[in-house]
Amino acid sequence: MSTHLDPSAPLQGSASKATERKLKQEARTQVVSYVFMIFITSTAFLTIATDIIPSSFGIPFILLLAGVQVVMQLYFFMHMKDKGTGWVNAMIWSGMFVAAITVATLMLLLGINKY
Amino acid sequence: MSNAKAQPKSVLWDWLTTVDHKKIGIMYMVAGLFFFALGGLEAILMRIQLMFPEFSFLGYQTYNEVLTMHGTTMIFLAAMPLLFGFMNFIVPLQIGARDVAFPFLNSLGFWLFLFGGLLLNVSWFTGGAPDAAWTAYVPLSSDSPGHGVDYYVLGLQVSGAGTLIGGINFLVTIINMRAPGMSMMRMPLFTWSTFVTSMLILFAFPALTIGLLLLMLDRIFGGAFFDVAAGGNVVIWQHLFWIFGHPEVYILILPAFGMFSEIIATFAKKRLFGYSAMVFATLIIGFLGFMVWAHHMFTVGMGPVANAIFAVATMAIAVPTGIKIFNWLLTLWGGRIKFTVANLFALAFIPSFTMGGVTGVMLATSAANYQFHDTYFVVAHFHYVIIGGVVFGIFAGMFYWWPKMFGYRLDETLGKIFFWLFLIGFHLTFFVQHFLGLMGMPRRVASFLDGQGLNEMNLISTIGAFMMGVAFIILVITLIVSRKNTDNVDDPWDGRTLEWATPSPVPEYNFAQTPLVRELDALWHEKYEGDGKMKAAEPLDDIHMPNGSILPIFISLGLTVASFGLIYSTHVITVIGLLITFGAMFVRSIKEDHGYHIPVSEIKRGKGER
Repeated sequence: MSTHLDPSAPLQGSASKATERKLKQEARTQVVSYVFMIFITSTAFLTIATDIIPSSFGIPFILLLAGVQVVMQLYFFMHMKDKGTGWVNAMIWSGMFVAAITVATLMLLLGINKY
Repeated sequence: MSNAKAQPKSVLWDWLTTVDHKKIGIMYMVAGLFFFALGGLEAILMRIQLMFPEFSFLGYQTYNEVLTMHGTTMIFLAAMPLLFGFMNFIVPLQIGARDVAFPFLNSLGFWLFLFGGLLLNVSWFTGGAPDAAWTAYVPLSSDSPGHGVDYYVLGLQVSGAGTLIGGINFLVTIINMRAPGMSMMRMPLFTWSTFVTSMLILFAFPALTIGLLLLMLDRIFGGAFFDVAAGGNVVIWQHLFWIFGHPEVYILILPAFGMFSEIIATFAKKRLFGYSAMVFATLIIGFLGFMVWAHHMFTVGMGPVANAIFAVATMAIAVPTGIKIFNWLLTLWGGRIKFTVANLFALAFIPSFTMGGVTGVMLATSAANYQFHDTYFVVAHFHYVIIGGVVFGIFAGMFYWWPKMFGYRLDETLGKIFFWLFLIGFHLTFFVQHFLGLMGMPRRVASFLDGQGLNEMNLISTIGAFMMGVAFIILVITLIVSRKNTDNVDDPWDGRTLEWATPSPVPEYNFAQTPLVRELDALWHEKYEGDGKMKAAEPLDDIHMPNGSILPIFISLGLTVASFGLIYSTHVITVIGLLITFGAMFVRSIKEDHGYHIPVSEIKRGKGER
């Protein structure tokens, strides 16, 4: 047993310079994307709250913002932008593609208009 | 908890708690064969009922139940588990891994499937099995009296969760656990097809889960998703079911394609012709599998444009499938072909499956489909692809991999008797059903009238079914009497892929040292370019293994108990069941378990060194 590390043991020593630099950069990216996401969330609220923007523009606009939020969430907070996530990217996007096509088809086929 | 050594345990406890992919694979095989026999028995009962016009062997209600359970059992509880058994046992060996990525989840997937399957079959003893066919179309299923369809909904929900877990596990395993040098384009075709199949499971099963959930809400909680009077829509069920159901048929056939690719290459003593085209064709079939579900619904009234689009998309699948057929033929071309039982099944598969494919293109012609729809022509078509493709694949795989899985070779003479009986019985049963369908005999009905020219062919069909039944009994006898053939089991077929580099029976750690893969058909490359043994990619060292766990059984049991609570609307029992499940999950989460190590001395003993 002695030759094997306990996987739950706390890490020893300090991180290398390169790792430290990387962690710092990563932390900054997280903060910046967090602030940006707060910004677009408040934009969405403002869009609906004001009377100036008509809902014909407002609804598609906040849906667009929501889409941006989802993608940012996946790439920055769930680390899909990192290296070695090629398969994750491929699977997520092909899943979204299949789901989008399915939903679009169902809307056409089950809708009022039959083509 | 971390043990230096494995804890000694009894045989039964070992099998109940195992997280070893090989033992789980064997349990999938045993359970799958049990349900296969059950589904086969149901098929024989149906064929006896249809032996003569207006025969009264089964009552009409019983016939509906037997028909429903035959389809459901064969798809969900026989074909898929048998394929999962092979995937579990073979894929980690083929990619040079010690186990799947999540051994605990693997065990959970198996027990969920088994409990779901048993739950479904409990319905026979509680006042009637589901009777709305395996497609369970609403409103027939939502209005079906009794609890049969409730068992269908919850049984499939539980076992479907297991399948989804298994699929995700294979995806992670194949992406992350390949041995050094095993790039994606060096993976054996069976591993590739398992990978694509797992993607299909990941994307298709959620549609089934949602469909079953809506049906459960309608039946048990008074929902109105499918209640037209309350503004529901019955066609939604058909869409949801077939968005799952069409990929499902590729979930079944792709692993069989993978097996045939391995078996034909091995027994033709040739590298698989057009490896990259085969991989590409598998991916294309998987992709197109999601684009064609509505071809099951041509007569629902989607309109001519939608029908035409889905007809063309369906016919497009014939292209990658044709690529595969020709690649198998060209693999055989000029090969030194050995006619073992495994290869006989592979060779019989090519024409049988192609016949099923041709009727598939006929059915895809949406105008002609109005004529074929709901007749025995459809029954003949899908049995030609499922038996001629999937079941032949399972039998070929059994004869091919049995020495690796169980440590003895299956008897070739008995196997050949089994093969010919099964092949002839199969064609006898289903070939005539094409013509029964064209003459207008509807499917799913419990009887037919005299004097319509249907008598002789129905009798022939039943005789064929009996032959398949006898063939299956011969298979079971073969499995038992072959136990003495324990010589030459490590690599009996002069194999090409990594699983044949392990000893039989395979030690629990699979590979003492992770192998280094230098070429497609890794073992074959070492046989020709090296010394016939795999090069090691790591020094010999202690091997870390996961501990077994009884918790998967409790998680599955809890969901089964909860299902009974839902079926009989006794929600105290539902809560108790969910408490068992979540309690077991909680224990799993807080209990530390770092596994144990197998010391080098024991591994050396396993390799025959002192």
